[in-house]
Amino acid sequence: MDTIFTRGPSINSRLALTLALSVMLIVIDHKFDGFNSTRVYLNSLVSPIQYLANLPSVMLSESAQRLTSHQQLRSENERLTNKLLMMSERLQRFDIIEAENSQLRKLLDAPVKPEMRKTVAELMAVDNNPFSQQILINRGAIDGVFPLQSVLDDRGIVGQVMEVGTTNSRVLLISDVTHAIPVRSVRNNIRFIASGSGSLDELILEHVPHSVDVQEGDLLLSSGLGQVFPEGYPVARVNKVVRDESLPFATVTAQPLARLDRLKYLLLIWPQAPVADDQPKEDQPTEAELIEGNKP
Amino acid sequence: MKVQSRFYVIPASLLIALVLQIMPLPIEADLYRPDWVLIVLAYWSMALPNRVNVGIAFITGLAMDILLGTAIGIHSFALSVSVWVLVANYQRLRNYSVWQQAIVIGLLSALYHLLVFWLQHLLTDIYFLFDYLWPTFTSMLLWPWIFWLLRKSRRQFRVT
Repeated sequence: MDTIFTRGPSINSRLALTLALSVMLIVIDHKFDGFNSTRVYLNSLVSPIQYLANLPSVMLSESAQRLTSHQQLRSENERLTNKLLMMSERLQRFDIIEAENSQLRKLLDAPVKPEMRKTVAELMAVDNNPFSQQILINRGAIDGVFPLQSVLDDRGIVGQVMEVGTTNSRVLLISDVTHAIPVRSVRNNIRFIASGSGSLDELILEHVPHSVDVQEGDLLLSSGLGQVFPEGYPVARVNKVVRDESLPFATVTAQPLARLDRLKYLLLIWPQAPVADDQPKEDQPTEAELIEGNKP
Repeated sequence: MKVQSRFYVIPASLLIALVLQIMPLPIEADLYRPDWVLIVLAYWSMALPNRVNVGIAFITGLAMDILLGTAIGIHSFALSVSVWVLVANYQRLRNYSVWQQAIVIGLLSALYHLLVFWLQHLLTDIYFLFDYLWPTFTSMLLWPWIFWLLRKSRRQFRVT
């Protein structure tokens, strides 16, 4: 058997080479965002491994679905029918209010908010990296997903798309430490920045002066000021306000409304594409939509 | 009789380790996920340092960075250093008993996690929790079994 010393460069010079390369890659990736364009291809390259890793849970849920009893299906059907009825009743009222609102906005010369294109996505995997909170969804560049796109669930904003692969993409959750979202309080329209705390059920409102009128239970909506998230979607509810005068700012935390720990179906929206609504099954955006949707 | 060495055994074992590393688990179990990739790399670099050493560790680390969505280079850095420690001392480590090796693997896994934490800490402001070191213990417990399994497959397939 030939040892490592008989051929090739020595182990120390190999280490020096790989460490230098690693540091260079970290700097290029993190400081200059040098891999933004290549990440798509890299992600598609490794996506077979992701599908493979996802297989057991897919099979489990599939078999669980097959084994659900007739009675369970019927009760679920009944529950959903009831819910649909309630929703359509609310929708009728909403239609009237929307028409009224757009008329009032026209009177005020304010731009009417257009309808947005939406698509349903499904959760593929949750990252096990304890330092960052990201999830993987089953929609990618083929479906017209673009970086910085907003992702919602049925309760509120979940996060934004960070990297797009061909058939899947990576979403940064609002609770990640590197994430911050501009919000405003529904009660009095005061603006805040809600940054992630690293734990799934807490956001921190930064730099809130002691004198600001904020209370427990205040609902926070996205303010649309960062040009990333559309305006007016629920984000979080304030759950703790501590005004300790010895600290420069009040300590305010909020709980995200989206259930970040039990995501399953997600909604992707195209704020810049005021086009006809989606058909959740076959959703093929046209070329023009894609170009429009990619503008920040 | 010359038996053709099976070149695919090492890549296949690394691929399985990568799949196990990113497989979704319930949150309670996720904390204790052993470092599959590190253990498999450790075995091959001790058994066949001429086949698997720092270069393979670097490439596997790149794959992990892409899979986990960390800044490219972080896991390749940490894995290269860990494997370098093993390859530089492989003749001594081979003579240890399996349990002594498990302790070495535990220390190495702690070094690996601290390196990943420090590099991430330079890039983003995250806090250290001792929970991050749980995989050290599970990796230590897992080592004898992986050692046995991989040695069996190495002999079975005559990987040299």
